[in-house]
Amino acid sequence: MTLARHVAAALVVAAILVLVSIQLSSYRDYQMAEVAAYVVAVAGLTVLIGLSGQISIGHGAFMAIGGYASALVLLHLGWPLEAVLAVGAVVAALAGAVFGVAAARLRGPYLAGATLMLAVALPTIANQYPKQFGGDQGLSVSITTPAFLGATFPPTRWLAWVTCAAALIALILLANLSRSRVGRSWRAVRDDEVAAALSGLNVARLQILAFVVSAACAGLGGALLAVVTGIVAPGAYTLTLSIALLTAAVLGGLGTLPGALWGSLVLVLVPTYLTNVGTSRGLSSAASSSVPIAAYGVILILVMLAFPAGIQGGLRRFFGPATATPLTALFRRTPGSEHQEEGPS
Amino acid sequence: MKRSHRVNAVALAGFTAVAMVVAACSSGGGSKPSSSSSALTASAPGITSSQILIGTHQPLTGVAAPGYDEIAAASNAYFQYVNAHGGVYGRKIAYKILNDQYDPTITSTVVHQLVLQDNVFAVFDGLGTPTHLAVVKYLNSSKIPDVFVASGCECWNDTGTEPYTTGWQIDYVREGKILGNYIKQHFAGKKIGYFYQDDEFGMDGVKGLDDEIPKSQVVARQSYNPAVTNVAPQVTALKAAGAQVVVSFSVPAFTALLKLTSLKLSFSPQLAVSNVGSDPITLAGLLEAYAKQGGATVAGNQLTQGIITDGYLPSLGDSGNSWIQLFTKIHSQYLPKLPLDGNVAYGMAVGYTFVQAMLKAGRNPTRQDLVDAINKGLPQGVSVAPYAYSATNHNGVTGAYMAVIKNGVLVATGPTQVTDTSSTGAITTDNAAQPTAPASGIPSP
Repeated sequence: MTLARHVAAALVVAAILVLVSIQLSSYRDYQMAEVAAYVVAVAGLTVLIGLSGQISIGHGAFMAIGGYASALVLLHLGWPLEAVLAVGAVVAALAGAVFGVAAARLRGPYLAGATLMLAVALPTIANQYPKQFGGDQGLSVSITTPAFLGATFPPTRWLAWVTCAAALIALILLANLSRSRVGRSWRAVRDDEVAAALSGLNVARLQILAFVVSAACAGLGGALLAVVTGIVAPGAYTLTLSIALLTAAVLGGLGTLPGALWGSLVLVLVPTYLTNVGTSRGLSSAASSSVPIAAYGVILILVMLAFPAGIQGGLRRFFGPATATPLTALFRRTPGSEHQEEGPS
Repeated sequence: MKRSHRVNAVALAGFTAVAMVVAACSSGGGSKPSSSSSALTASAPGITSSQILIGTHQPLTGVAAPGYDEIAAASNAYFQYVNAHGGVYGRKIAYKILNDQYDPTITSTVVHQLVLQDNVFAVFDGLGTPTHLAVVKYLNSSKIPDVFVASGCECWNDTGTEPYTTGWQIDYVREGKILGNYIKQHFAGKKIGYFYQDDEFGMDGVKGLDDEIPKSQVVARQSYNPAVTNVAPQVTALKAAGAQVVVSFSVPAFTALLKLTSLKLSFSPQLAVSNVGSDPITLAGLLEAYAKQGGATVAGNQLTQGIITDGYLPSLGDSGNSWIQLFTKIHSQYLPKLPLDGNVAYGMAVGYTFVQAMLKAGRNPTRQDLVDAINKGLPQGVSVAPYAYSATNHNGVTGAYMAVIKNGVLVATGPTQVTDTSSTGAITTDNAAQPTAPASGIPSP
């Protein structure tokens, strides 16, 4: 029942996105594709933190795993695009399972530290094995627009369609999962592990599962981003990316899927917009290239001061339950107090 | 009265008809470059009757920024000079510079922005081997001229699959051969170590070096990753192998790190550094800054003294050279805040070459016209050796002179030598004098 409602909502959104993408310029389509890729990764992270109560400052590493896995499959096996994207998600999910086993034993700052290590260490593997991973300059990922769309079809519109379709599918699955028994169990574990265990829930298994789901999303996001930018290179998956994902999840509103969208929009649009504003105001290129970094910090501070529950939390405060569409009503609990006090136990 | 009125009307009609025919003729010839009276049209994306919009990706922040962040500003200074002196057939050049932080993924994003949002006529002087490799396919499939890439990778010379991309500076293979040839002649029997960036930049250079230096002489080959600023392991290995000469294909920051780490480990081989990593002013600044971070004080110019390198532009120390005089003039007028160093000279020189190519492309050029103009070959101008440009070759400058750094400037130690990129191609001396700079500072069409 829930699934049917989510699918119906997603189909409506898909139709709107197709119409919008046709109206937009090629560059806006490209940005739309970038946003969609980030939405998947941020949504996975927001479910992990907001629902299961575990933290990850290393999600960029799972994006790297997904990106490289799909690039390698595309280069060496030439699989079709759907399969390539699925491989990205599956391989990252496997990595998430392995890491989740370790994560399930760690709490709070210790878990944060472990995921941090992953973000710092993993991308350098690409430099260690330049033959396989292309070293610093990475691997190129190029997909072609299918022939049935015609030769004049803008390639970036096709990219926008592919990424938005993948993002919608991922969001439907996440929305459904979070309303299912698993989602309820995650919340129970997040709110009180001991109580959850006493009620017969297998805490460790649930936490590992959350890591697997979240890593699969990051992997898919990484694969999509690779397809959009046409390249996987270690420079893209530094700690900065992991922090940016976390920031986007927090900015949008932890634990809410629409929040993932708001966060990703800020992540993609703010830097390009502000660089342009900086240059048009006569700042030197060097100065205007620093503007986005400063502005990002300012936005983060302002949003956290005004809307501690993120943009989605702020919207909900202003518009109330009226905005509660099937997708937005998923996570009524706004976290912020529930899942922080998990010291080492 | 009435009659004369009619005569006037007939004469006027006749005159109008003639004028219209003339106008029709001249507009009919509008696409021909030779027609100097034709109207300026919006002949291609990025070109309007008053402007040529081009764009680039540059490392304005990050590890490659020191020194290289001056290049685009210097090109822009040259374009402003050209704009102030009549522009290119009356059009002004607008140059959009975006920061990619030397990160290939950001390069991809900003180049999409230049092409799709800003609609640039061409991408000009995009900087960096790993970065630019990320966008070469995209630019060529979109048929955007990708001219004068700021990297000496041999990879820009692939006219078969990437006809829109052209190199400019001397490629690292040629440069490696010329450096290697010098080392073979002057350091016979000495132990030689390589230090290079572990990508196409370093590997192309090593390929050229290996063509000339006997394998038996090379005792160590150490590469570095530009994301890791600790080069102590590499320097230790070079020292342990007993290298007496270290040849370095590195960006300026890593040349400085190599030098300082060597000092720390009391290892003092003769250094030979490729042109891109040896600009004396940039190096001196970096050496002083890095040493300061480590709590030491050094005199940059003392540390660069005696480094062997090569040059393909006239040396900044040669104040009698007409090109250096031109650069100095533009620098003092448009770019007084930056030091007049090798990067600034580079930026102006590549800007000059772009104007050369645009003038050859005609009054109302299409994107293809620009590529065709380069394919027909550009006359030698600002570089000491001729260009390789042809329909089947997109390498740039074909030769360089050997030099040594003395008191912060390059001092030539030999004549200009030219060669090709093959392993057997001979290295020959180019005795032709470099053409002098035009008095106006702007190339003739």
